[in-house]
Amino acid sequence: MSKFKTTRRDFLKTSAVLGAGLSAPIILTRPAFGASYRNEPMGKTVTFGFNVPQTGAYADEGADELRAYELAVEHINGGGDGGMLNTFSSKALQGNGVNGKQVVFVTGDTQTKSDAARASAKRMIEKDGAIMITGGSSSGVAIAVQGLCQEAGVIFMAGLTHSNDTTGKDKRANGFRHFFNTEMSGAALAPVLKNAFGTERTAYHLTADYTWGWSQEGSIKKYTEELGWKTSAAVRTPLGAGDFSQYITPVLNSGADVLVLNHYGKDMVNSLTQAVQFGLRDKQVNGKDFAIVVPLYSRLMAQGAGENVQGIFGSTNWHWSLQDEGSKAFVKSFGQKYGFPPSQAAHTTYCQAILYADACQRAGTFMPSEVGKALEGFEFDGLGNGPTEYRAADHQCFKDVLVVKGKENPTSKFDVLEVVEVTPRAQVEYPASMLGGDLGPYNNG
Amino acid sequence: MSGSGRLGAPAALPLAAGHRAGGQHKNFRESGGKSVDALVLQVLNGLDKGGAYALIALGLTLVFGTLGVVNFAHGALFMLGAFCTVSLRALLSLEQVVEDPTQLTAWGTPMEVRTPYLEVWFGEFGTTLIDYAVPVSILLAIPVMLLIGVAMERGLIRHFYKRAHADQILVTFGLAIVLQEIVKAQFGANPIPQPAPDIFAGSADIGALIGFAEGVIVYPWWRIVYLFFAGAVLAAVFAFLQFTTFGMVVRAGMADRETVGLLGIDIDRRFTIVFGLAAVVAGLAGVMYTPILSPDYHMGMDFLVLSFVVVVVGGMGSLGGAVAAGFLLGVLQSFASMNEVKSILPGIDQIIIYLVAVVILLVRPRGLFGRKGVMES
Repeated sequence: MSKFKTTRRDFLKTSAVLGAGLSAPIILTRPAFGASYRNEPMGKTVTFGFNVPQTGAYADEGADELRAYELAVEHINGGGDGGMLNTFSSKALQGNGVNGKQVVFVTGDTQTKSDAARASAKRMIEKDGAIMITGGSSSGVAIAVQGLCQEAGVIFMAGLTHSNDTTGKDKRANGFRHFFNTEMSGAALAPVLKNAFGTERTAYHLTADYTWGWSQEGSIKKYTEELGWKTSAAVRTPLGAGDFSQYITPVLNSGADVLVLNHYGKDMVNSLTQAVQFGLRDKQVNGKDFAIVVPLYSRLMAQGAGENVQGIFGSTNWHWSLQDEGSKAFVKSFGQKYGFPPSQAAHTTYCQAILYADACQRAGTFMPSEVGKALEGFEFDGLGNGPTEYRAADHQCFKDVLVVKGKENPTSKFDVLEVVEVTPRAQVEYPASMLGGDLGPYNNG
Repeated sequence: MSGSGRLGAPAALPLAAGHRAGGQHKNFRESGGKSVDALVLQVLNGLDKGGAYALIALGLTLVFGTLGVVNFAHGALFMLGAFCTVSLRALLSLEQVVEDPTQLTAWGTPMEVRTPYLEVWFGEFGTTLIDYAVPVSILLAIPVMLLIGVAMERGLIRHFYKRAHADQILVTFGLAIVLQEIVKAQFGANPIPQPAPDIFAGSADIGALIGFAEGVIVYPWWRIVYLFFAGAVLAAVFAFLQFTTFGMVVRAGMADRETVGLLGIDIDRRFTIVFGLAAVVAGLAGVMYTPILSPDYHMGMDFLVLSFVVVVVGGMGSLGGAVAAGFLLGVLQSFASMNEVKSILPGIDQIIIYLVAVVILLVRPRGLFGRKGVMES
């Protein structure tokens, strides 16, 4: 009998081991009994997980993403006017859900924080049975959630993420990005900058000190230096600095005649506003008009900078003023439902939801590896950016890129940017190996 | 808009005139003046930033010195002041909406033609009034912030006077988050631009005034206005405390609350008013800062931590210390951001304030002007 006697120490050890086992993430365990992959839908519905910033600095962008997702689900299930499903080149979706199941959705709040975003994605996968996670407004968040989805065995359809790393060194087989990246921004902007400002320019970079900022700075430097521009300085600024005056004043007498603001969101609004207040937009240096460039524009953010964006060049993934049939159909659906035009964040998330649903329908299953294969190399049109391809080698969409300029005479508060160039897809393509990384194998959970 | 700014006739300083830095600037640089103009610009930046720090820290230390409360909601008061401007501008810009059936939006509904009612009713005067929304907001912010301050003190904070500082920090921090979320729910998360009046747009050529070549040292008009405004508010608060009977009683109460109470003076009522005054000062700082930093719900938090460091460096409860430390840390932060400094000490711009705080607290544990007995058992 004595050999079965349990000491206090043994009890604690056993409890600790049991506790650790029980509290281990379910995503490390096998799929549910009878299912052949993670969260295989057994009933009449399939659940999508929309992981967007509902609080924090990008909450407005997140709200627009959520509106677009709701619209996409409505269209997939056969509601509304069908939006871009009417113009989408693939006709697999029939307006009766996906693979005979109605789409329902759950939402999570990324808070634009990697840990919070992972927690909400994990909750949607484990507790709500989400078959796919999509959304987000930050590259840091996208990379973190993409990693989690790879481990969990669900597909991740990235939202607004612009860093090269998402489909570069941090790419994963289960992750797909429709949005463009900093490499494409650089390739698209450079020829326009050359035409506008010539080849003998000296640029001064102010760069947000995190993954996206470094990626953006590197791409713009690369392409402008190829044009013959010099880079006088590239200064890193803390994220959320607020007052950028101490970083802007050195620009005044640096000899540079171009200021590149590798900032996004609130940082872009503040640094651009303050640069204009310091007279940089109207300054003359070396006998040339001083220029400011904002490589990544967002219409929602441009509204925050008000009239300071006027005449300033940048790039964007999509703009509601485009006149192709897909864009017009989307703007009509979105505008009639919500009373204002969609942002680029709304557009890319709507496209991602439609593209995922279409791939599932074509694959005839929701199994990640099969859906992934249906997306790989998929060529399509009618979603607002011209002929587009989901490249198999890195799961990055290749399509035309827009170069925009702050509008001089806006007709409404939404009319802040004008498209000055639609850069053809061929001009922004690059070899998949250039950005490094390894997709690895699919994980079905 | 011209780079010379729009300050026309009343210009006290030469205009930057498009900042034509060209030849003259080159000559100046050849004479080794580049470092000097960079230093002057960073001093101006530091003073400007320091002005904001000092205004916020002054209120913080005033509340601490009188009520003994560590108020983590003070940054939220700065933010609420800024949103007084946002609200007033929104009110002044209320629009008459007329649908134009001859023009359609991209989504097929009739285009809306929007004209502010003030412009419809008063023409150019209405336009000017909207343009001056920031300075006019001061008139709104004073009573609103006083009311908010008094309500905050009477409604919540007075219940925590005898509680531990940790409790005070928790409750005021919680209050700050609640206020933030209310503002976000009402105004959204994005920054809302608040341009300075047209006459103060652009920048002034300060360099030309002090012997530099034209266009070498230019500084935005509104930041100059802010610097003078901060100085005026600080002077007014000190004068109020120094030269009025009310101020004398408050100062006496700060030194020895019990004795003042024994003299039959209702010191609690005066301290409530002091809390309101601190709220007004923080709110005015927020109002005038809106053209520099487009307001959003989080702007108070961004300033709060720095302001606490300012208070600690200046000395807890020391009004003069808060002001001196505000300007000192503002200037140091600006200098630490210079490329020349960062090339020697990378990342120094992000830690300089905390580094200085550590050094000062090691050398002078009570801060620069701290008094014995304050926050000491």
